[in-house]
Amino acid sequence: MELVLFDGFNGLIQGAFYALMALGLSLIISLNAVINFAHGGFMVIGAYLAFTLEPYLGFWGALVVGPVLAGIIGILVERLLVRRLYGRSDPVYSLLLTFGLALIIEDSVRSIWGAQGVPFAIPAALNSPLSSTYFFVTGYRVFVVGAIVLATSALFAFLRFSSFGVRIRAGILDLETVSALGVNVYLLRAVNFAIGIMLAGFAGVLAAGVLQLSPTMGNDVIMATFVAIVVGGIGSLLGSVLGGLIIGVAAGVTSAYAPVASDVVIYVIMAAVLLVRPRGLLGQEGLFE
Amino acid sequence: MKGRARTIVATLVIWALLLTVPAWLPEIGGYTALASRILIYALCAMALNILLGYTGMMSFGQAAYFGLGGYGAGLALIHLTHSTWLAVVAGTLLGGLAALLLGALVMRSRGIYFAMITVAIGQILYFAAERWDSITGGQDGLTGFSRQPLRFGHLTVPLSDVPFYYFVLFWFAIGVAVLAILLSSPLGHTFVAIRENRRRAAFLGINVSRYVWASFAVAGLVAGLSGSLNALLNNFVSPADLYWVQSGNFVIIAVLGGMRSFWGPLVGAIIFIGFQNYVSSVLPNNWETVIGILFIVIVLFFPSGILGIARRRARIV
Repeated sequence: MELVLFDGFNGLIQGAFYALMALGLSLIISLNAVINFAHGGFMVIGAYLAFTLEPYLGFWGALVVGPVLAGIIGILVERLLVRRLYGRSDPVYSLLLTFGLALIIEDSVRSIWGAQGVPFAIPAALNSPLSSTYFFVTGYRVFVVGAIVLATSALFAFLRFSSFGVRIRAGILDLETVSALGVNVYLLRAVNFAIGIMLAGFAGVLAAGVLQLSPTMGNDVIMATFVAIVVGGIGSLLGSVLGGLIIGVAAGVTSAYAPVASDVVIYVIMAAVLLVRPRGLLGQEGLFE
Repeated sequence: MKGRARTIVATLVIWALLLTVPAWLPEIGGYTALASRILIYALCAMALNILLGYTGMMSFGQAAYFGLGGYGAGLALIHLTHSTWLAVVAGTLLGGLAALLLGALVMRSRGIYFAMITVAIGQILYFAAERWDSITGGQDGLTGFSRQPLRFGHLTVPLSDVPFYYFVLFWFAIGVAVLAILLSSPLGHTFVAIRENRRRAAFLGINVSRYVWASFAVAGLVAGLSGSLNALLNNFVSPADLYWVQSGNFVIIAVLGGMRSFWGPLVGAIIFIGFQNYVSSVLPNNWETVIGILFIVIVLFFPSGILGIARRRARIV
């Protein structure tokens, strides 16, 4: 029983990461119409920036500044590269461009910070178990789940109540009309891209405290993130959060009973969901088809 | 020259060059095994292009059938036969059969969902190959087989580099012929009709899903052939042959050469494999960056591929 709880809790944390990654990726897919293969790479960038900044800013400073710097890099990438793809209807081009970007990011991270994994220090106050029976519930893990819930709620509040957020949601539904109403859609898309990248960077810093940092840590996450989005339904932000949690918990629980199957289970879930609901749990018709 | 005459001349030139590779390639700094690899990757990308360029379905899981072909050929040589011919047939059939069965699952999806479900199937097979140690050798890959000499009556031909190149070229020719005949048949024209206007094709009474299925099965069959040859080239199969990064390589080869042209993937494979080979020897630590930059340059500046540009030039001239 404890083993199941242990793996279930691990799965919840994993699911929270996937949800955060999927949320950012889903924003970018919906408004920028770009399938961002480099999303895992941006997560790694955020994590390594925080690792470099931590000695100067401390954990809390790095947790904020790392993702923001990743977001700034995101804006540069959007201006220089991604913007040129707007208007090309075939998604194969955005896939390939960001695929190349992912290769470059992984290689650069390896050149700058080394191929070996590096540990990321977290505050001692967060690092102690909360109970002796449930040793796996450390303060940091609870903090991670709390931070992700907070970030997700903040994003949904931003999209719901700020005028900029409302424009983003309107742009997802009908970008042409939003543009005709006088909104600078280039700015809208650039900021939206940066928000998505910042979420990835934030997930990276949080993940760095649980796992080690390594240049390839984004590779395993990016596929799971795509699966989360497809399970939840492309174009649905709530769906991507739901999808992330479902596959995270499923992978966690499966590793309790059948460790061999824990990598496969998310793809099996995705195939099963698509067979029953071809557009995912909350997906809309016509998007990216 | 009129279009048809030009096509015939171009085809003849291509085959003449391919037949004489061992004579001229070393002169320009290549080696014959590299040419074998180029043909193998070109064949798989041409098969993928049936889906990608002709039917308009973005498959991101072609490596699955490539890898299955490899495991099929390798396992056949280890357990069943000493005939290199039969090993190729076994691998091809395994790839084709898998695509035929799995195609039934994917044929109704479209667009990005099609891409994702093909990736998912590839990943399931990848993890199966990586974990099933007793059959596949797990993470270390499948070893313990090597290409056997060919026997023609009393004559025995050991498959060293040059004879193996002609062995690959022979199968490449068969694969290409199958694809070419298919594309010039009513079936192939239906694929293009689906790409151009899926809804209209459906209104004309075409069972779109069934044709996508056919397209998927043929692409898998020829990918299986190509994967078998790859296993024999390396005398080794790696689970990475099934990985989504490998699928991405096939897509970029097809796009680089030109998705809308039959020979595009061959041009793409020459550039991609040649470039990869060159850069990884010059910059062993950072070749991935260079490949990444190549991807971006292709997408931004050559979206219709090398042959797409060449064709536009020719039309203007």
